[in-house]
Amino acid sequence: MEHVVSLTDRLASIGGRRSSAGRGHIRVDGVAITFGSGRKAHHAVMETSLDIKPGEFVCILGPSGCGKSTLLSSIAGYVRPSSGEVIVDNVPVRGPGPERGMVFQQYSLFPWKTIRENIVFGPKVAGRPKAELEAIGATFLEMVGLAKFAQSYPAELSGGMQQRVGIARALANSPSVLLMDEPFGALDAQTRLMMQESLLEIWSAFGITVVFVTHDVDEAIFLADRIVIMSASPGSVIADLKVTLPRPRSQDMATTDAFMELKRACHERIRAESLKAFAQQSQ
Amino acid sequence: MQDALKHKVAYAGPASVSVEPASAATPPAAPSPPRAHPGAREETRETRAGGRPPGIGAARTGLNAVTAWFQAKAYGLVVGTIGLALGLGLWQVLSVNKVNAFINFSNVPRPGLVFEAFVKQAFNPVFYVHIEVSVLRIAAGFLTAAVIGIALGTLMGRSKFGAALFAPYIEIMRPIPAVAWIPLAILMWPTDEASIAFITFLGALFPIVINTMQGVEQTPAVLVRAAKSLGASPLQIFWNVILPAALPSIVTGLAVGMGVSWFSLLAGEIISGQYGIGYFTWNAYSLVDYPDIIVGMLVTGALGTLSTALVRLAAHPFLKWQRRAR
Ligand SMILES: Nc1ncnc2c1ncn2[C@@H]1O[C@H](COP(=O)(O)OP(=O)(O)O)[C@@H](O)[C@H]1O
Ligand SMILES: [Mg+2]
Repeated sequence: MEHVVSLTDRLASIGGRRSSAGRGHIRVDGVAITFGSGRKAHHAVMETSLDIKPGEFVCILGPSGCGKSTLLSSIAGYVRPSSGEVIVDNVPVRGPGPERGMVFQQYSLFPWKTIRENIVFGPKVAGRPKAELEAIGATFLEMVGLAKFAQSYPAELSGGMQQRVGIARALANSPSVLLMDEPFGALDAQTRLMMQESLLEIWSAFGITVVFVTHDVDEAIFLADRIVIMSASPGSVIADLKVTLPRPRSQDMATTDAFMELKRACHERIRAESLKAFAQQSQ
Repeated sequence: MQDALKHKVAYAGPASVSVEPASAATPPAAPSPPRAHPGAREETRETRAGGRPPGIGAARTGLNAVTAWFQAKAYGLVVGTIGLALGLGLWQVLSVNKVNAFINFSNVPRPGLVFEAFVKQAFNPVFYVHIEVSVLRIAAGFLTAAVIGIALGTLMGRSKFGAALFAPYIEIMRPIPAVAWIPLAILMWPTDEASIAFITFLGALFPIVINTMQGVEQTPAVLVRAAKSLGASPLQIFWNVILPAALPSIVTGLAVGMGVSWFSLLAGEIISGQYGIGYFTWNAYSLVDYPDIIVGMLVTGALGTLSTALVRLAAHPFLKWQRRAR
């Protein structure tokens, strides 16, 4: 993990980029989301409230189809809640914005832009001067260990590399919040573990708020300060667990009693929900 | 590390394979995966896509790709030449023997006569005036169609209102052949020149509008979302996301439109003007100069092919990312 060890130093070299401390307070205030209306109305998310502290790493865990992406989309600003609202740093969310970076599951890099162009896209559309773009590009390419792929196109990179670029692209825009929707869901198990470790290192260097959607219990426990479990569709929060495992985390912790205990707790709640979801689908 | 092989990117176009040296600087998290060797299937795709030379990426694969490319090229060249020779031979046999079995070849000049007529015209300055006039008409009609077609296609692809408003016009006017427009075009436009350019414009317009619309519609929503979350304005999204995403489709529309504008042009030139390659062909028929008819036809075909190739060539640098896809 040579490429992330000295991350803190490198970030310091583009001064001011660590000032996200204190920002990134997310309040989900009675948000409910319904698609369609009348008889075709589909309740994707039932009234949900969450308070996410600046710098917190929160995982949203739940069976597929329960509304995790929809809830995250309301924080990102892609979906307007049918009722309630999302407030980030005291500003109500009205649409997508650069202070809320987004990482998708896959295929979200601009295929016609080189890796470097992808990474500096945010600062570039914000009209940053060329010299600054150079510095940002170099720093973030190095951060994710892809400096030699600067001039490559996304399709020339493996899935894991593409996802690192996705993270770098979001962070290069210095957001106060990083929203991630099953970002490692399409990766093989080995790559996924590596990605989780580098994400934690990046997160601790940035001190940024992360909301991370996953359906993988181990992933949630390994990453999170706090796990929010959602019920089967229509989704609502059924549990909010603190993860007290010490940091920095390592994959060996997966065999500790504390980890096992948490895993049991999560599975217990999810099993009930999955059964419910399964019953609904087979009706 | 096989994840790269499993997750093929949706935009992968005709592939030229590139190999990154999997060496020192590769981070440990995801070592560069083994790259597929240029296989027979890739070669066929490359050939079908017009046999464009491989991009920079392939240069790095070294000799293998180059050899493969030449092999693929040579195959097409050899088979194509044999096919042409057979066709010419058949033409020769049918026309020399004045075969008249349902289809009548007795008035079809044999290849040698056509070639003679072609050489004669090649030394005739007036012939070049015909070509020049036609090319200028195509340029005017096609360029106007490109600008209006891309704008209209984008509008229709992005806005439900725009699509609903213009769809009836496109649907009704698209099947109307260029010749059918001739009377109205003559009545509407002040000069013959303008009516010919108008007919050329109409021919190119529809393929461009329809392909642009489809390309724009197929822009992955996730890319638009990503751009919005990175702070891009609607105009920046148009230039950085929608236009590049639709470009392969737009280029197809332009190439098809270029072909259609040539045969619309011919229709227009038959009725008016005293110059143009279409006029030349039609005039040869009036003068019962059969070899010149075929010269006119073949030159039209060559100009059409050439200008279509030019359209694709112009788009080439902007589609580099597609060729570099694995
Ligand atoms: N734009 C939409 N229109 C209608 N229904 C939607 C839309 N987006 C999501 N849904 C529905 O909302 C539910 C929750 O979806 P989603 O948030 O994607 O679940 P998850 O991410 O937990 O798998 C699903 O039943 C899905 O079909
Ligand atoms: Mg989802």
